[in-house]
Amino acid sequence: MTASLAAPAKPGGAKTRINDFSIQVATVNGSGSQTANTVLLRAIFQMGVLVSGKNLFPSNIAGLPTWFTIRASAEGYVARKASNEMLILMNPETAKEDIAKADAGALVIYDEPLQLDKLRNDLSFIPVPFQKLVTASCPEPKLHKLVKNMIYVGVASRLLGVDMEEAKKAIAKQLKGKAKAIELNQNAAMAAYDWAMENLPDQDQVKVVRDNKTQGLIIVDGNEACALGALFAGVTVVGWYPITPASSLVETFIEYAEEYRKDPKTGKSTVAIVQMEDELASAGVVLSAGWAGARSMTSTAGPGISLMSEFIGLGYYVEAPGVFFNVGRTGPSTGLPTRTQQSDVELCAKCSHGDTQHINLYPGTMEECFQFSYDAFDLAERFQTPIFVVTDLDLGMQNWSSKPFAYPAKPYDRGKVLNQQQLAEAKDWGRYKDVDGDGICYRSLPGTPGGKGSYFTRGSGHNEYAQYSEKPEDYVAVVDRLKRKYETAKTHVPTPVFRTLGSAKGVLAFGSSDPAMIEAQDALAAAGLKTDYLRLRALPFTAEVDAFVKGKQVIYVVEQNRDGQMANLFRETYPEYATKFKSVLHYDGHAIDAKCIVDQITAFEQK
Amino acid sequence: MTTATPSAPTPSAPTNNLGFSKQDYVGSKSTLCAGCGHDSITAQIINAAFESSIEGYRVAKYSGIGCSSKTPAYFLNQGWGFNSVHGRMPSIATGASLANRNLINIGVSGDGDSMSIGMGQFVHAVRRNIPMIYIIEDNGVYGLTKGQFSATADKGAHLKSGAVNDFPPIDPCTLALELGCGFVARCFSGNPKQLNTILKAAFAYEGTVVLDIISPCVTFNNHDASTRSYKHVKDHDFPLHDLGFVQYSEVEDVEIPAGQTEVVTFPDGSKVAIKAIHEGYDPTDRFGAMKAIHESMAKGEFLTGLLYINPTQPPLPQVLNLVDEPLASLGEDVLKPSPAVLDEIMQSLM
Repeated sequence: MTASLAAPAKPGGAKTRINDFSIQVATVNGSGSQTANTVLLRAIFQMGVLVSGKNLFPSNIAGLPTWFTIRASAEGYVARKASNEMLILMNPETAKEDIAKADAGALVIYDEPLQLDKLRNDLSFIPVPFQKLVTASCPEPKLHKLVKNMIYVGVASRLLGVDMEEAKKAIAKQLKGKAKAIELNQNAAMAAYDWAMENLPDQDQVKVVRDNKTQGLIIVDGNEACALGALFAGVTVVGWYPITPASSLVETFIEYAEEYRKDPKTGKSTVAIVQMEDELASAGVVLSAGWAGARSMTSTAGPGISLMSEFIGLGYYVEAPGVFFNVGRTGPSTGLPTRTQQSDVELCAKCSHGDTQHINLYPGTMEECFQFSYDAFDLAERFQTPIFVVTDLDLGMQNWSSKPFAYPAKPYDRGKVLNQQQLAEAKDWGRYKDVDGDGICYRSLPGTPGGKGSYFTRGSGHNEYAQYSEKPEDYVAVVDRLKRKYETAKTHVPTPVFRTLGSAKGVLAFGSSDPAMIEAQDALAAAGLKTDYLRLRALPFTAEVDAFVKGKQVIYVVEQNRDGQMANLFRETYPEYATKFKSVLHYDGHAIDAKCIVDQITAFEQK
Repeated sequence: MTTATPSAPTPSAPTNNLGFSKQDYVGSKSTLCAGCGHDSITAQIINAAFESSIEGYRVAKYSGIGCSSKTPAYFLNQGWGFNSVHGRMPSIATGASLANRNLINIGVSGDGDSMSIGMGQFVHAVRRNIPMIYIIEDNGVYGLTKGQFSATADKGAHLKSGAVNDFPPIDPCTLALELGCGFVARCFSGNPKQLNTILKAAFAYEGTVVLDIISPCVTFNNHDASTRSYKHVKDHDFPLHDLGFVQYSEVEDVEIPAGQTEVVTFPDGSKVAIKAIHEGYDPTDRFGAMKAIHESMAKGEFLTGLLYINPTQPPLPQVLNLVDEPLASLGEDVLKPSPAVLDEIMQSLM
């Protein structure tokens, strides 16, 4: 079986790749290239072509190499593609290596003085006099550095056939409100476009042709989508600590809260946001605010979850609600802090010492980042426990096109909370009594008047009435009930999404692996291997997951970590089917691509 | 479980302004060692809350881990308790006090809980001026793990076993002053009158009260060579002043004698009357207070009393400009933006 995926166009190849290519831009971190890259991405998007953008950036403020990849796909594939049809090389330090790695036939736009054209003879070199063009288009020398990157926007637009009106519109959107900057950047891009029209031969390897695939779509990143979910979920207390790649989730929330969470009459805030001294304190704020009846959250990455884990065990055992966003990055330790991975699966599933099990949500799309964030607050209050929303850098910080988010019309579920009157009427109320048999008890909130409902919350052993107890039967009753509660969650968490082609062979992925998995599933099918795809969206595993596991001969579990952590959870949960699970792994810090999935599954199948 | 309504009238039991008797402010039976200084502190918390007519249902009690951290179970059963993890009581108080700004927050910690494992949280809670009474029950040892030195133990202090402490102590009071705390006091668990008055003043204060209470550990740190033994502290306790506290509700009925009495008035109208014993000590002078405390510590004395008071520092909910209603009580009608807002945001992302 051979599956063909995104082979680069050969020089002189017969077919033009229309709306189906990847561009990689190599620049220096801190040079302002992010604006130019976003403009190029948006301009193509505005041409009606589906695009995704991935910023591969270093852990550095300025000076180190950074790459940005724009993928256009007529088929709607938005995963990272390992091969690139166009390179834009702006960084002298990496140019030679970038050339060495280039796919044969690629177009290479580069700064003329770099003299890259002698390095290989199987690439199409396009030297551009960047400095000359900047000098001519921008009268103020001190601004040259700022607009230099707009030159490649103009040149690439010309070569790809992107309408310059769209590029100008994208510049205006990106630099909203800064009239002078808009003018300068538009002039530079236009000057470069005109220069390219006059001086560069056209090419027919890759082209953008107007389409209608992006009508009504938005461009958003997952952190913003999660922040919006929290905004609509009515979060009232946020305790957080900065960490890449999670900071922008709270920072974006802060911007929205400034606008939408002020009392219109008094200007006072309906949300408390405190940047804490560390992740431990953030976790303490989240759980105690939840305990006191607020909707609370924090946003962090793996190292932060590690620091929070003692508190998360407390939250689980005393049954305090709170939402914990984990925007995953490459671990262990500091690892590659600006690269992506799905390597906190087991950490979040069982965070803390002792026997703990947590509800985890794995959004795989921007709409789900929004909706699951909204739902997480309901689940936290319903189940009175820490809820993890697990994304990663790829979902959280990269640009994704998406349908606009649907308004979450479902009313808030504030869970089993007894008010003053209910407490007065309750007979023999106990904070940890399982009245309904679903493992979820009725709680009271501090400050409830009337003299009923006060109790003592403790991380030490306790009985149904929240009294200190070291009795074996009391301890066992509580932890067994917590397990029962987790069972109840199976009917409340998001069910999986299926993409079935009618096969006994299963593939299973979650979160940011979805786009690559879809593309790989299609490629495998085209090569003769049909699969049924289950996209997992939550822990605990629901009945649909049970049925899938039971029904398939083999299940390829696709994930972005070294150890096959999700596959491990499956083997542990379904020991009788343990040999069904085969791990398909990708963990080098780049987002997963379809080719690596196809290659690994193909290799398994050939065994 | 206690009842909201005042306890069954016992003819002899006096009641406070709310009609509650002192019995309504007690908690469960203490499980600490007989004679523990912490139990004396618990007794004064009960007395002060009773005398100040504190509404028990509004009280939230927080603690970390250690002997001290067990004590919130021993007072104010009408309130809600949260015994959390070691050294993290301040963040628990932070979150809950933001969730419900109507709560009356009492944190009880120890010298190990606050000055070692929880130093970071102590420091930052004080910086933020969380609305809470932050009590450090300070005995210089880890009691619950059987007598190791804590970070407030004096350099050269001896354990019962003979082990000597090689490191200088951390002083919670000068540290709190350095961090800008607006109410810093030190007491001795063996001086109930002073502690009672300071606790009543603390209940009236809006921001963080740091209250370091020297509380001898009768089991592990009460031997002759200890600098935290009951006898040693009693012999080296230098009260700064005679204190009187007049709650806002009583201000009109109480006459504060003129003369050498300094009066500090809180935003709610309550007054602290301070009659100096220690010549020239001004509790509204932060730098002077630091100097005096350092000098007394160098002599091995404990200056006790109201070390520093600034009645007008805005607490965290005010700094964050939060709505008056507790955030925890806000409903979906207030919290959830309309479909038009979502539409507006979606348009901006197109």
